[in-house]
Amino acid sequence: MENFIPPFDFHRVIVAPWTTDFALFGWIVLMGFLVGAACGLVGNYLLLRRLALMGDAVSHSVLPGLVIAFLLSHSRGTGPMFLGALAAGVLATLIIEFIHTRTRVKQDAAIGIAFSTLFAIGVLLTAIYTSQVDLDAECVLYGEISFVPLEPAARFAGFTLGPASVLRMGGVFLGVALLAVVFYKELLVSAFDAGLARSMGVNPAVMHFGLMAVLSIVVVSAFEAVGAILVIAMLILPGATTSLLTKRLPLIHAGAILHAALSAVLGLHLGIWLECSLAPAMVVAGAGLFTLAWIVSPEEGLIVRWRRRAPAGPAALSAR
Amino acid sequence: MTKIAAITFLFLAGAAGLHAARVSDVSSTDWTGQAARFLSLRDPAVRYAAGGAVLMGVCCGVLGGFVVVRKMALMGDTLSHAVLPGVALGFLWNLSKDPVAVFIGATAAGLLGTSLVRAITHTTRLKEDAALGLVLASFFALGACLVTMIQRLPTGNKSGVDKFLFGQAAAITAGDIGLMLAVTALVLGLVFLFYKELLVVSFDGGFARASGLPVVWLDRGLMLLLAFSVVIALQAVGAVLVSAMLITPAAAAYLLTDRLHRLLALAAAFGVAAGVVGAFFSFLGHNLPTGPLMVIGASTVFTGAFLLGPRHGVIARWWRRRDRAARTRRENTLKSLYRVCEEREFAGEGVSLTELARLRRETIEDAQRLGDELARHGLATRTDGMIYFTPSGRQRAAEIVRNHRLWELYLTNSANIAADHVHEDAEKIEHVLGEEVVRELERRLNYAERDPHGRHIPSVADIHRSAGLSGEARPR
Repeated sequence: MENFIPPFDFHRVIVAPWTTDFALFGWIVLMGFLVGAACGLVGNYLLLRRLALMGDAVSHSVLPGLVIAFLLSHSRGTGPMFLGALAAGVLATLIIEFIHTRTRVKQDAAIGIAFSTLFAIGVLLTAIYTSQVDLDAECVLYGEISFVPLEPAARFAGFTLGPASVLRMGGVFLGVALLAVVFYKELLVSAFDAGLARSMGVNPAVMHFGLMAVLSIVVVSAFEAVGAILVIAMLILPGATTSLLTKRLPLIHAGAILHAALSAVLGLHLGIWLECSLAPAMVVAGAGLFTLAWIVSPEEGLIVRWRRRAPAGPAALSAR
Repeated sequence: MTKIAAITFLFLAGAAGLHAARVSDVSSTDWTGQAARFLSLRDPAVRYAAGGAVLMGVCCGVLGGFVVVRKMALMGDTLSHAVLPGVALGFLWNLSKDPVAVFIGATAAGLLGTSLVRAITHTTRLKEDAALGLVLASFFALGACLVTMIQRLPTGNKSGVDKFLFGQAAAITAGDIGLMLAVTALVLGLVFLFYKELLVVSFDGGFARASGLPVVWLDRGLMLLLAFSVVIALQAVGAVLVSAMLITPAAAAYLLTDRLHRLLALAAAFGVAAGVVGAFFSFLGHNLPTGPLMVIGASTVFTGAFLLGPRHGVIARWWRRRDRAARTRRENTLKSLYRVCEEREFAGEGVSLTELARLRRETIEDAQRLGDELARHGLATRTDGMIYFTPSGRQRAAEIVRNHRLWELYLTNSANIAADHVHEDAEKIEHVLGEEVVRELERRLNYAERDPHGRHIPSVADIHRSAGLSGEARPR
């Protein structure tokens, strides 16, 4: 058992990542933060529109697209990978719609059938072509955020900038943030009141498909770092945590970015201490933050609820 | 269902006690040889793998039926991911695959996950979808941390904990089979005993509560059984895809039947088929993960039901639609023939193709084709260039015309729609009005004889007479 949980060495766990090993762990923390922040911003709108599980469906169904793109193009270039993932995502949406509208199977089951089938095909292809595909089951499940610093660094005009995937994720994050600022009002209105949005000249269908497109771009860029399943947590946890603390959307956005930063840092230390995979550790840290918010939230926290309930009798009922 | 379980039990009882060789120990490269070895069930390991697949299919299929009709598919997904940390803790118990420890750990984790979903939705503003996704991914992350920690241990990599992610039926042992058998028996027994209660709760919660059923306890019991069946399916399908074995076979069965007991039996049969096919291909293809293969098998079954289902299937519905369209086309032809006869006040027999074509504004070839179609269905006879009603054809034609004109009159008289706006609607309804509705319409319209355009509405007597007369006066 003492092998299982390594001793807590302050220098190894807390100091070294920021000093001697910073060249290595700096990129990992940055990547974790960028993934969490970009996903968090998109996820806030998924939460508002009650589409949280679309993230689940999209992240699972892009896998076969990625694998087939790898197999056909023999490279992990951004272009083919993205096209493959996009095609798989669109296919999943079509299958869901087809099953849901043409049969009496309900939407939830249709989603389950479509993404599990596509995911199964993807896993099978990775298992068959392990040697040719630069993806394996581990990467699909836990992500390979630890390998980020090992990537060849991208260079621009003679400057060494950093690992390509971190730069790409940074670009995606900035793009998502820019979209969130530019279309702030449209997104807000169409999430809460489709009728009002239409009267203001915002087409809800366009907003929906735009959101889905951005979602799939974010999911695909984050895929190598955090895999297919953890990305769901990256989408939902930041917004869910901060929406327990505030109701104002700008504050929820800011809180989501803060949550992403905190869970990247805390998760890094947790993962180094326990010597486990780093991406899951970041999600566990994020889940820990959610639990904390759930307990101490000033309006609907467990402590507040428990206090309210403490004076037993009819007063407790009327207080609710 | 019980028959399947009994048969499984019999052939597994013969297998028990033999020392298991892993399927992975066997390294024959010959496809047909491998297939023959799987089908003959000579190897104990093959028997365990197949038996495990069968039990998994029965259990997941039966409970999946409830998942699909109660719209709990996403809850099943969350449950299946949430068991992972429990599996890892079960492994840690003595650092080996102890079926009972894994079972207890996984069930506890799954139930904890589903109760957390309920707690989050009850105590916060977060909606169910958010709570489901949150618990699913957080528990999975916790499990992933624990699994990577176990794999770091000296014995960890050999422990086979990774087999619980995508499934490996070949790793099923006699101990697993014992546990699976016990759980399957429990599931089938409880579903059988509480069938009526579960039925009522699944389809009408309000009625169930009103009639004093312990709804909360039934729900909790179902969730417990669901957790059990997810856990025993883990070894074969893996935590990531086990929800598909709950959803897909049952959804396929849902396309084929309306009765719950048939749905459960069919879902179990589909689950068994998918499981065995998955185990078979995994055995052929050098121990590919069984989970994805089983899921693809289940999806194939679903696609089959989706296309070929006799009532809800795409092909059947396409056929029915085509059938209906053909009948409508024939009836429209009959109506045109009737109109031609009516224009010359029923003088003379038969209608020439040119007259029909002119009325319908079509080519002679089209008119000819329509006439042939009527002849094939015994509604008319064809000679060169002429069409003659048969008695049944003439009767049906009069009926359609009557339906059309009655409906036009009804719309103008009772619904106050202008006379020039009623034709389109009558064009559609004339094909579906039944005798009883026609009687009612006639009564309400006081057996009117003229439609809004002043044309004669054939009465019952007219229709019968016309059928009889034209029968007598039929040429030849």
